[in-house]
Amino acid sequence: MKARQKRMVFVALGLVAVMGASFLISKAMKGNLAYLYAPEAVLAGDVPQGKLIRLGGLVKEGSLKRSDSALEARFIVTDNRGHEVTVVTHKILPDLFKEGKSSVSRGQLKADGIFYAEEVLAKHDANYMPEEVKDVLKKEHSPAQPVTEGTK
Amino acid sequence: MSLFKYSAPMNFYPLAGRLIPLFWIAALLLIAFGLYWGFFETPYVLSDQKQYYHILFVHVAASWMGMWLYGMMVFWGLVGLIFNTRLSFMMAKATAVTGALMQLIALVSGAVWGKVSWGTWWEWDPRLTLSLILMFLYIGYIALQSAIDDPRRADKASAVLALLGSAVLPVIYYSVNCPNPNECASLHQESSFKGVEFNILLAMLVTALGFWAYSFATILMRVRNIILEREINTQWVAQLSKN
Repeated sequence: MKARQKRMVFVALGLVAVMGASFLISKAMKGNLAYLYAPEAVLAGDVPQGKLIRLGGLVKEGSLKRSDSALEARFIVTDNRGHEVTVVTHKILPDLFKEGKSSVSRGQLKADGIFYAEEVLAKHDANYMPEEVKDVLKKEHSPAQPVTEGTK
Repeated sequence: MSLFKYSAPMNFYPLAGRLIPLFWIAALLLIAFGLYWGFFETPYVLSDQKQYYHILFVHVAASWMGMWLYGMMVFWGLVGLIFNTRLSFMMAKATAVTGALMQLIALVSGAVWGKVSWGTWWEWDPRLTLSLILMFLYIGYIALQSAIDDPRRADKASAVLALLGSAVLPVIYYSVNCPNPNECASLHQESSFKGVEFNILLAMLVTALGFWAYSFATILMRVRNIILEREINTQWVAQLSKN
């Protein structure tokens, strides 16, 4: 084997090893490195109580209630499949926070089953559409979005 | 073969000199058009995001270039490792700084966008964390290059580092685009063209092309300097300074 071919084999082996590592990292992200917990996981008891975690899901329509006297907001996070968790926060909600949209809350699940959030973030999707166009498109494709949208 | 002729630094130097103005003109025209279209011909507000979404045109173009240039850097490093060609290592070295700059722009513009839309400057979500690691890989590459005095050893060592680091590239893509959204849910939205309005898409692609042309222009300028620096004792460089 010539020296160049040898180097080629080494580089090819290196590439294979790197791609393998990349594949394993991607696989690991599914389980251990999960960034968010879905409401379903919280209700199933897969979430440690009293530990800081992140809860992701849709803000249920009509569930947002602000306190009159204090900086307190209360809303329900749902996955549109019947799993709902109540969230209480004393922080200012971000601009994009809306009922029916995705949000990520960081906080603790207490024994009373309520999620106390230290921070509430709003998510947005990959749709970049002005309001009017989106309405037209919605009429054209009338079937509703798949439910998995919940934690996206 | 005529193509291999330009793998010699002596022949590539004048070619790069001729290409640089072309890439600069393309960059200026494309970026000017892309940003004009992005700022003035696109919807004022979106269905959920307000005017601030316009930072997208800078953010997306810079993010793409940050990843693309890393791939280019790895490619040139591998070509250098296999064929022992001087010029490909010089290209890899020249690419690193522009790539790091693009990655920095992506991180900063993303933080600003995140603050107004999500409600936070920074969040340790998979996509953001990996983008920061990519930035560190660029810095590590540049640091390793300059830490080793012998350019040939520096080239080889940093090419291997770049290759190892390239493991993050597919993961960056995968971190927001996995088939089952519940498996890798992150704060960052997925990247998809499906729900993008036409004018936004046009401005986004044209600006990205402009950033690409800018990157090429600066990489070629830098590679010309590296060529001069490394070939300073050759006859053709001595000839160059006489004219």
